[in-house]
Amino acid sequence: MRNPTWKVILVWAAVVFGIVLIVPNLIPEKTLDALPGWVPKQRITLGLDLQGGSYMLLQVDTAAVVKDRLDTLSNETRSQLREARIGYSGIGLQGQSVVATLTDAGQLQAALERLKSINQTVGGSAFVGVGTTELDITGDGNRVTLKLNDAAVTARVSSAVTQSLEVVRRRIDELGTREPTIQRQGADRILVQVPGEKDPANIKRLLGQTARLSFHMVDMNADPSQPPPGDFVLPGVPGSPGPQQYVLNRRAELQGDNLTDAQPTFQNNEAVVSFRLDSIGSRKFAQVTQDNVGKFFAIVLDDKVISAPRIREPITGGAGVISGSFTVESANELAVLLRAGALPAPLTVVEERSVGAELGADSIRAGAIASGVAVVAVVIFMMIYYGLFGVFANLALVVNIILILAGLSLLGSTLTLPGIAGIVLTIGMAVDSNVLIFERIREEMKHGRGPVSSIQAGFDKAMRAVIDANVTHLIASLVLFEFGTGPIKGFAITLSIGVLTTMFTAVTVTRVVILYWHRRTRPATIPL
Amino acid sequence: MRHPRLVPDNTNFPFMRFRMAALVASIIVILASIGLVAIKGINWGVDFEGGIVLEVKTPQAADLAAMRAALESTGANGIRLQQFGDPTDVLVRIAAPSEVASEAQVQIDRIKGALTGRLGQDIQFDRADFVGPQVSSELLHDGILATVVALALITAYVWFRFEWQYSLGAMISVVHDIAATVGFFAITGIEFDLSSVAAVLTIVGYSLNDKVIVYDRIRENLRLYKAMSLEELLNRSLNETLGRTMMTAATTALALLALVIFGGEVLRGFTVAMLWGVFIGTYSTTFIAAPVLIYFNLRSAAQKAKAGEGAGKDKTKGKSLAHPAQ
Repeated sequence: MRNPTWKVILVWAAVVFGIVLIVPNLIPEKTLDALPGWVPKQRITLGLDLQGGSYMLLQVDTAAVVKDRLDTLSNETRSQLREARIGYSGIGLQGQSVVATLTDAGQLQAALERLKSINQTVGGSAFVGVGTTELDITGDGNRVTLKLNDAAVTARVSSAVTQSLEVVRRRIDELGTREPTIQRQGADRILVQVPGEKDPANIKRLLGQTARLSFHMVDMNADPSQPPPGDFVLPGVPGSPGPQQYVLNRRAELQGDNLTDAQPTFQNNEAVVSFRLDSIGSRKFAQVTQDNVGKFFAIVLDDKVISAPRIREPITGGAGVISGSFTVESANELAVLLRAGALPAPLTVVEERSVGAELGADSIRAGAIASGVAVVAVVIFMMIYYGLFGVFANLALVVNIILILAGLSLLGSTLTLPGIAGIVLTIGMAVDSNVLIFERIREEMKHGRGPVSSIQAGFDKAMRAVIDANVTHLIASLVLFEFGTGPIKGFAITLSIGVLTTMFTAVTVTRVVILYWHRRTRPATIPL
Repeated sequence: MRHPRLVPDNTNFPFMRFRMAALVASIIVILASIGLVAIKGINWGVDFEGGIVLEVKTPQAADLAAMRAALESTGANGIRLQQFGDPTDVLVRIAAPSEVASEAQVQIDRIKGALTGRLGQDIQFDRADFVGPQVSSELLHDGILATVVALALITAYVWFRFEWQYSLGAMISVVHDIAATVGFFAITGIEFDLSSVAAVLTIVGYSLNDKVIVYDRIRENLRLYKAMSLEELLNRSLNETLGRTMMTAATTALALLALVIFGGEVLRGFTVAMLWGVFIGTYSTTFIAAPVLIYFNLRSAAQKAKAGEGAGKDKTKGKSLAHPAQ
């Protein structure tokens, strides 16, 4: 009875590979980066619960996306009907539809015909097919209903989420935090993880604003309580010296998407934000300022008027300054927001978890102590219980731990506190396979078999139970992985890897060690 | 060389004799769990109930009354304060303010402000969690789904590897384990959160592990001792595997105990629940998973499956005959 050479090589290869894969975790990151490309560089990342940081789940306000589109559609409907000289008594929103009530039911056909022109195709989604339009236009008596269909809503929401993801990424990058994770989750959510950031207040303030910037002419003569048609009333920024309410032209002269850059700076010892415009923006800006010298020009951010300076002279250079009652911080923040662009819809935080670095460090310490104690306790217990064979099992256990860590490094997975618990639990349960085999060998000896035959039969007969037991365990772990989030996923990963490595170490490694021992010592009985 | 043993060699406990008593005990445990959950209720964590949790470290021993007063001044609802670990550590729990998630953000800031105002700048916020109402109900839904899916998959696997009687037996015992664990959460008042779901699934995994090994032995013995009464055969199988059952329970419990004692406050509920799971899983293997097989007409099914293969041998030496020596 001897070890096949391939098996011995396999065990040694596993151990060596395992160690090679673990090593990058012990080398400082800078040194690691300097090493040649063939050196494995994957390492275990610590979860937010261990290194401290913030986790945020943001939800894109899909209702706002739909509302936004419906507002645009009702504006278009209004101007189309007006151009076609079709009289209407009202245009309103009803659920997912724009409803126009005509004064003359006889013009229904003409209205339907005319409104077809605003029916766009749903933006490039393969699922809805080419040529699918976003509106279902129906007429009934003197009412025309333009219903935004579900395919259109899905496409709009999806592109809003994609766009938001991009804006969120740009804004967080501006903060300069290290290694943030920003990813889409589900249909309408964005997951943001920022390690090391203990207080997410900064990030939340940054993400909590849509940052939609627009420039409007101020209607100086209008009364805020009765704005004329084509005008609307917006409040000033609370606490600013200007008026409480402004009456503005509904039409925006210029919008935030024409901005190419924004920087905080000083003007007359006051913090301001300077901006640059793209060529289209510059031309429009020059035109507007030329036509309206002496009038007031309002700068609107998220439906609040930041300031409304008087236009002193035409501005042709495509650059300008936003003043307001800014502090250095708030000017900087606005510049960041303007550079990153506007969110297509507001974001709300639906889940947030933040852990301080101190608590994380405590958790690492506690986890390390618990793991150490568990290993020592199990190792001693096995040695007392099985003597020499306990030592064999412990050898397998050490290889097992190496392989679990190697597996985690190879996958570059995240180690969380429950993940550490998973490793500790694996340590406790990993010896189970060896216990099964050893107990079986004992039984075979009791039935009067010799050492060789007992060992052989012990391994062979225990094999089926070992596999079945581990597979059921693996199923539970994988389900947990599939459904779990964050720290729990970390637990499921270590548990799953642990089951796989256990099957290898408990069976193959112990067997190789036992057979080697047997060949060297030729014992008459087995010390079990 | 003699090593100490957890279980003496060649035990012969008549486990099956207690099967009625054990069955009654198990039913009582399940009913008691349901009753406890109905009357006392489960201490839902913020994951499933929604709301805000802050972990606060105060400079001196925490003055809970002052903290409560500071919190009440912010207009927060459902305030719960709980000391844990050191006397300076306090867990602050507040019900979700409203359906509007953004208001919770404002509230977290307000609460932090109020506490800092009352207790001074040295107060430290170690952890702040907020779970909105929509997310919490999704998490609960996912947790229940995960448990059901795991149960279904494992039952299917056991069915595939054994026969239906075994998979039914395994499922009954695991349902018992889950019920007993949920009851454990209710009676101890340990917070039931996402990690508790992980604990439940781990218990399911552990418990099935145990059952599969005993079932494997039962199946093997069914082939070896064709004339033995099922009751005797089950007893024999349980006794033969008793050493390994106890040994594995011991090493797993040992590792878990290390986590309970040294693993820190964050993990304690999770690990205590799993420790309970090791106990209940071991119990249900012996007193539920094995005895229920008696009621499932196991023998005839096994004989049908093995009909014609090496008929009618019943020898204690059967094993060495069945497996030729090397």
